[in-house]
Amino acid sequence: MIYFDNVSKIYSGNSVAVEDVSFTVEPQEFVSVVGQSGSGKSTLIKLLLAEERPSAGTVYFQSLDVHNLSRSEIPFVRRKIGTVFQDFRLLPQKTAYENVAFALEAAGKEDDEIASDVPHILDLVGLSDKMDFFPHELSGGQQQRVAIARALVNRPEVVIADEPTGNLDPLNTWEIIRLLGKINELGTTVILATHDKDIIDTIGKRVITLEDGKVVRDEKRGRYIL
Amino acid sequence: MMSTSFKRVIRNALMSFWRNGMVSVATVLVMVLAILMIGSLIMFQVLLDATLAEIKEKVDVSAYFKQDTSEVEILRVQERLRQLPEVREVTYVSQDEALALFKGRHKDNALISSALDELEENPLRAILRIRATDQQNYEPIARFLENGGFDSFDKIDYRKNEALFKRIESVISFTYSVGLGVTSVLGFIAFLVAFNTIRLAIYTSREEISIMRLVGASTWYVRGPFLVEGVIHGFLSSVISMLIFWPATLWVGPRVKDFFGGVDLFSFYTQNLFLFFFTLFMAGITIGVFSSFVATRRYLKI
Ligand SMILES: Nc1ncnc2c1ncn2[C@@H]1O[C@H](COP(=O)(O)OP(=O)(O)OP(=O)(O)O)[C@@H](O)[C@H]1O
Ligand SMILES: [Mg+2]
Repeated sequence: MIYFDNVSKIYSGNSVAVEDVSFTVEPQEFVSVVGQSGSGKSTLIKLLLAEERPSAGTVYFQSLDVHNLSRSEIPFVRRKIGTVFQDFRLLPQKTAYENVAFALEAAGKEDDEIASDVPHILDLVGLSDKMDFFPHELSGGQQQRVAIARALVNRPEVVIADEPTGNLDPLNTWEIIRLLGKINELGTTVILATHDKDIIDTIGKRVITLEDGKVVRDEKRGRYIL
Repeated sequence: MMSTSFKRVIRNALMSFWRNGMVSVATVLVMVLAILMIGSLIMFQVLLDATLAEIKEKVDVSAYFKQDTSEVEILRVQERLRQLPEVREVTYVSQDEALALFKGRHKDNALISSALDELEENPLRAILRIRATDQQNYEPIARFLENGGFDSFDKIDYRKNEALFKRIESVISFTYSVGLGVTSVLGFIAFLVAFNTIRLAIYTSREEISIMRLVGASTWYVRGPFLVEGVIHGFLSSVISMLIFWPATLWVGPRVKDFFGGVDLFSFYTQNLFLFFFTLFMAGITIGVFSSFVATRRYLKI
């Protein structure tokens, strides 16, 4: 479903973020990507979303070379991928409700569908009383949960979560991890980037370990080893 | 589907206009300045045109006829002149009328008046006063009279004033092109200022544009609200400009009327209300939409 083929990314100023990375993610897999800060996890996600172009190699999503798509084709790929960004990336001028609704509106969903799905997903992440708050009126953890709601609301085929629990307390953290596990059971592919040893060791699924932009381990039932 | 997303684009534009309060107000104000400038330049052109037209209007040449020419003969020449495409108007001034005009002009001069009274014969010649359709057409008209074999024709005063004529012509065309040049330069500067204001406003939204793209919005879904906002900015600023032009022309109009060929700017404003508004509105929308389009382009590359 997702295939990184010898991908390298060198940012301007020869800072090598990702070097010669190859791996495949099958449909309905749950893959954790671990690695120290600066090892290239977020860069891999940016490459998959075509936010950044690779310096070498090819990234495939459902056998489409995502960097070969035109500007009008790329939204259709992005709508199939729900992303929780490490820095949330909420629209500051929109309320929590509108941020989540935006993903559905942009995908052309009907009004009544939006009106029923958005409150439901916000309830699921425990924010039903904060729907009309703007991002700057929410705590870090609340903003992160809005970002999670936005990633899930479109029922995407793949959910990518970049450090989705970084700002959450243990209780909320496990809620979110359970939620990710559940949507994976329901057939969604999940890619989780995290530093959290406890989470990785508890999940007991495939783990890809990065070190200085290179894949150093890729294990079916991995543990967090750095 | 099409109309749903169109509705959403409009709603997002209105929401963004409203929530960006200060930025929206600042943008509209700068655009008001630009549009006031453009409107003033249009008015300036109107005044300039009127002034130049008035100067041209004052220019004519006189063809003189020999003392004993019959009126029939002169009217025949007048008829021939009228058929020329270069001629706009030919007025016949008979010997008697010429004398009356001359007397009128010199009625304060006792010497001339008494000298005229002593003469038994009318010393003045009959005249055809000719206005050409264009400044440049006096030359061919003069040639027509000189070479047309009119026995009664004496002389045309174009020859005497030829140098002056050429000079007026070049001054008029020079003034016109300077006016046009200044207008275009100032208009362009006004446009640039407004363009950069909008660009700056959109620069602050570059982060939002990339977020919208990353969650799967098409370029047009992201760009649409900015373009609609451009229309809103253009509409509001042209309406505000129109409201400012009313008292402004009411005040300025009568004061410059006599200086600029008798055109009252306020009556120009009221008589051309819709056309003037439409022009400003179009200028506003063009600035708003064009600037938004160009400014969003680089952030949509993602
Ligand atoms: N826009 C950029 N320009 C230059 N270098 C960059 C840029 N973005 C990332 N890098 C570099 O690429 C490397 C990998 O960054 P990346 O964000 O992928 O790390 P990460 O694994 O997500 O780290 P963290 O766990 O802290 O989020 C880092 O060394 C970083 O300095
Ligand atoms: Mg990261």
